[in-house]
Amino acid sequence: MAWFQKSEVVIAGILLLAMILIGLVNPAFWSLDNMFSLLRSNVIIGIMALGVLLVMISGGIDVSFPAFAVAAMYLTIKGMLYFNYDGVFLPFVAAATIGALFGCLNAFFVYKFRMIPLIVTLGTGSMVRGFLLGVVGTSIININKMPDALIDFGKSDIISMIKPDGTTYGLTAMVAVYVVLAITLHFVLRYTMIGRGVYAMGGDPEAASRVGFNIRKITFFIYCVAGALAGFAGLLHSGMIWLANPRDFVGLELDVIAAVVLGGASIFGGRGSVLGTMLGVFMLVMVKNSLIIMKIDTTWQRVVVGVIIVIATAITAWRDRRANA
Amino acid sequence: MKQAPDFRNLLNKDNNIVQLIAMTILIFVVMTALSPDKFLRYYNFESITYTFPELGLLSIAMMIAMLTGGIDLSVIGIANLSGIFAGVMFKKFTTDAGVADTGFGIVLMGAVVALGTGLVAGALNGLLITRLKITPILATLGTGQVFTGLAIVMTGGPAIVGFPDAWAFIGNGKILGLATPFVLFVVLACLIAFMLRRTTFGINLMLIGTNPKAALFAGLKREKMVLLSYMLTGVMASIAGIILSGRTNAAKSDYGTSYLLQAVLIAVLGGTNPAGGRGTVLGVSIAVTALMLLSSGFQILRFSNHLIDFIWGLFLLLVIALNAYKNRSR
Repeated sequence: MAWFQKSEVVIAGILLLAMILIGLVNPAFWSLDNMFSLLRSNVIIGIMALGVLLVMISGGIDVSFPAFAVAAMYLTIKGMLYFNYDGVFLPFVAAATIGALFGCLNAFFVYKFRMIPLIVTLGTGSMVRGFLLGVVGTSIININKMPDALIDFGKSDIISMIKPDGTTYGLTAMVAVYVVLAITLHFVLRYTMIGRGVYAMGGDPEAASRVGFNIRKITFFIYCVAGALAGFAGLLHSGMIWLANPRDFVGLELDVIAAVVLGGASIFGGRGSVLGTMLGVFMLVMVKNSLIIMKIDTTWQRVVVGVIIVIATAITAWRDRRANA
Repeated sequence: MKQAPDFRNLLNKDNNIVQLIAMTILIFVVMTALSPDKFLRYYNFESITYTFPELGLLSIAMMIAMLTGGIDLSVIGIANLSGIFAGVMFKKFTTDAGVADTGFGIVLMGAVVALGTGLVAGALNGLLITRLKITPILATLGTGQVFTGLAIVMTGGPAIVGFPDAWAFIGNGKILGLATPFVLFVVLACLIAFMLRRTTFGINLMLIGTNPKAALFAGLKREKMVLLSYMLTGVMASIAGIILSGRTNAAKSDYGTSYLLQAVLIAVLGGTNPAGGRGTVLGVSIAVTALMLLSSGFQILRFSNHLIDFIWGLFLLLVIALNAYKNRSR
């Protein structure tokens, strides 16, 4: 297990180095204000990344979760408006359930027809998004119509401070939600039978089923949890930005997958950890945000994300080969 | 797949083609029944021959990548970047020299630039996959971002417009009464089909996809073959980009983003095995025809584009289920 921990240490080291470099270019990077807003941008991508991590450990890949997230978010808020319901707990349960149901669809096709997860999730993602925009609607639900309880929940801070000029800023409580989810997933992966099953399946599905893991149960668990996390993150996102846009999250899958790969997970399965993923998410968000701070033209953002994916995957592939040799 | 006797293999292959043709006819009949006056017009079919080649070429490109068990998610990025590089070059020439830009030579140069872009981009994919051993999904996901990103950097966002007339001919013109893109597609499809069936390169590709280990022991240069196949994929994508920019007389970083799913769908629908080793140009060509008929039929029926996306996704899942069912009964 020594190398495993080492890979997170390496990521953390690179992260620290990058932070020092960015801080040197622009000292504003280290301001508490910037740190808080960085952590805030971690939340949504982070929660989705936890789901993708689960799928990747099992040897699959998921590109449908942004569609699931936006569908769960939009349907839940539409439902809340329809029933005139104003609360927090129930809507999040509803969004997670919708996401989990969509996830079941993925699991069904991946397990039953043994189809490559990429192609299945391309199909389900396109279907869900097409259904949402084509049948449910395309109009944005603005702040004046958004349920108040959700907005209040999204506004809540853990720490709030007052700047010298009188404006307030703070660390959003959503970070705590993210951390709790991450810790839960960490424990599930490390200490429960089903969590170990996910790793076993990623290592070798045949071997896993021979030693008695129920591959069907594990597959459904993986994709349903990934879907539920996406749905949850979707609703949380709308609470944080105070509107529900059915065209949201387009292309987000690339960022999230990049973050998970950066965090040391291998697409061949069997490798990856929650801590690594959280570091990967932080690194990606930091680089993207810091391009602006470092006064690099935002048109370069896509190129930078692409290059990061390529470099991170090259390093991961190299590490996997060394570990196997 | 189990080892089957030769004649049975042939039967299965033909079966797949027969099923595809049956599906195409079914779609044709249903659409005709739903809206006979609009669907059966000559204009409708003519416009299909202009729009389907770009998607068809992208699907063939996808199929080539799938033959070795890979996938190329960067084809759209390559196509757009090729069109944009050509467009940028045309802009340079018209402003510097101020010459009338209808010349044949300059268009030829544009084509070389575009094809070169595809070749280099494909080679980059191939090198990442064979040398650095990155999984094709992630390698092409990353390079796709880089290509699209470069396209945004080159254009700054808005579309590049104003291609020479001869360039527009590639996308809009007619040769012997047939749409130029259509003629181009048929020629290229025949060429690729010949390459895959009758040359050592094609047969080696199939072998590598069927059983990489056996291919290795048989002394095939796997890395070189895979690299070449991604270069071919890149070139095909850039030709699609040339046609796209010629047809719309513009090149933009986010054209045709929905083509990616469609290209994967058509390749799989056309009988390509995403795990490698199986796929025919004929199957892909029939599949693209079938789906273009479906798509144009839905547009005539005034379905929203989003609903068409929904139907494409549903179709992909149905095809997966159907293929699995077929394989089981065998």
